[in-house]
Amino acid sequence: MREMIKMVLVLTILSSFSGGLLAALKNGTQEKIEYQELQNVKGPAIEKILEGCENDPIVDRFKVADGEQERSFFVGIFDGKPKSIAFETYGKGFAGKVGVIVGVNLEDGSMLGAQVTTHNETPGVGSKAQDDPSFVSQFANKTVTDSFGVKPDGGNIDAIAGATITSRGVCMAVTEAGEIYKRLKPEIVKQLEKFNK
Amino acid sequence: MAKSIAYEFGKGLWKEIPPFRLVLGLCPVLAVTTSLQNGVGMGLATTFVLVCSNILVSMLRKVIPSKVRIACFIIIIATFVTVVELLMQAYAYTLYLQLGIFIPLIVVNCLVLGRAEAFAYKNPIIHSLSDGLGMGIGFTLSLGALGAVREIIGSGELLGYSVFGSSFKPFTFLIEAPGAFVCLGLMLAIMNLASKK
Repeated sequence: MREMIKMVLVLTILSSFSGGLLAALKNGTQEKIEYQELQNVKGPAIEKILEGCENDPIVDRFKVADGEQERSFFVGIFDGKPKSIAFETYGKGFAGKVGVIVGVNLEDGSMLGAQVTTHNETPGVGSKAQDDPSFVSQFANKTVTDSFGVKPDGGNIDAIAGATITSRGVCMAVTEAGEIYKRLKPEIVKQLEKFNK
Repeated sequence: MAKSIAYEFGKGLWKEIPPFRLVLGLCPVLAVTTSLQNGVGMGLATTFVLVCSNILVSMLRKVIPSKVRIACFIIIIATFVTVVELLMQAYAYTLYLQLGIFIPLIVVNCLVLGRAEAFAYKNPIIHSLSDGLGMGIGFTLSLGALGAVREIIGSGELLGYSVFGSSFKPFTFLIEAPGAFVCLGLMLAIMNLASKK
């Protein structure tokens, strides 16, 4: 009996101590981690898409509720007006989700560009979707609300050689972006007025 | 029973160098050593966990009842792994992106649990500390070496600098998973050959 109590006691104390330590650390690093995510993954992609904008899109951002989740939108100001937004969507790649940030010009619904952010695709094959600009550049200047697909499926986008599934995932994400854009446009326009100086 | 502290430290560097001699903890060895930086980063993370868990297990070795010792070890190891994960996200985010899922998987690295069970639970704190440190550094060196070989041949670069010039066509097979097995096997063979005499 004594041994039993000792076992329970040791495990309980150990677990609660570890739980407390981790909770404290998590609280302490949370802000820093969010910042790092923005800086390292989304930031560079957004800057590439909204190239030449006059503001810092990472600072000028807002959130819009979409069903149960919230989506972040990053604002790009051109010629003094908030003309463009960038936001992230996901498609299904070869190994898990592929994150794509899409930039949209609000005046005519054309895409400024697309950039792949987070992915687990095969290095040297599927990862070209992120590293090789000639693939994502196909999306530039197309209308975001179109539907996109790779050419083997009868679509309009050249797939990366050897990485059809990844390419398909990116097309899926961009198509999804078009749907989100259609759905949330009134709300986006309303929010953008805040950035109109 | 207790040998000199220097012996405990030194054995991890050659005589019992983890991946090659003990052949323990192969999952991260194979998966993350696509480049020198990844290998060393993973090695350092594991070293931190190894040293901290060895110290704590050794400190608590008289308190932990032997029937639940494995559970206690796992709690201790998991706590330190989460600490590493959070710290890495906050301060070395690019490395975290590269290593991804393999950071939480340090929990189930046999090497860490193996040292806690086979060494730290039976030996005084200073010896456990030097054992952990030695094993960790040996692990880091092995991962670094494997990473460097794979990076040089597989992508023709080392730490981002081109090694062979632009005419070199990278042998990408080594960067992919099967290449890791081949590379590890060859290095094991070389190590066995070198220490045979």
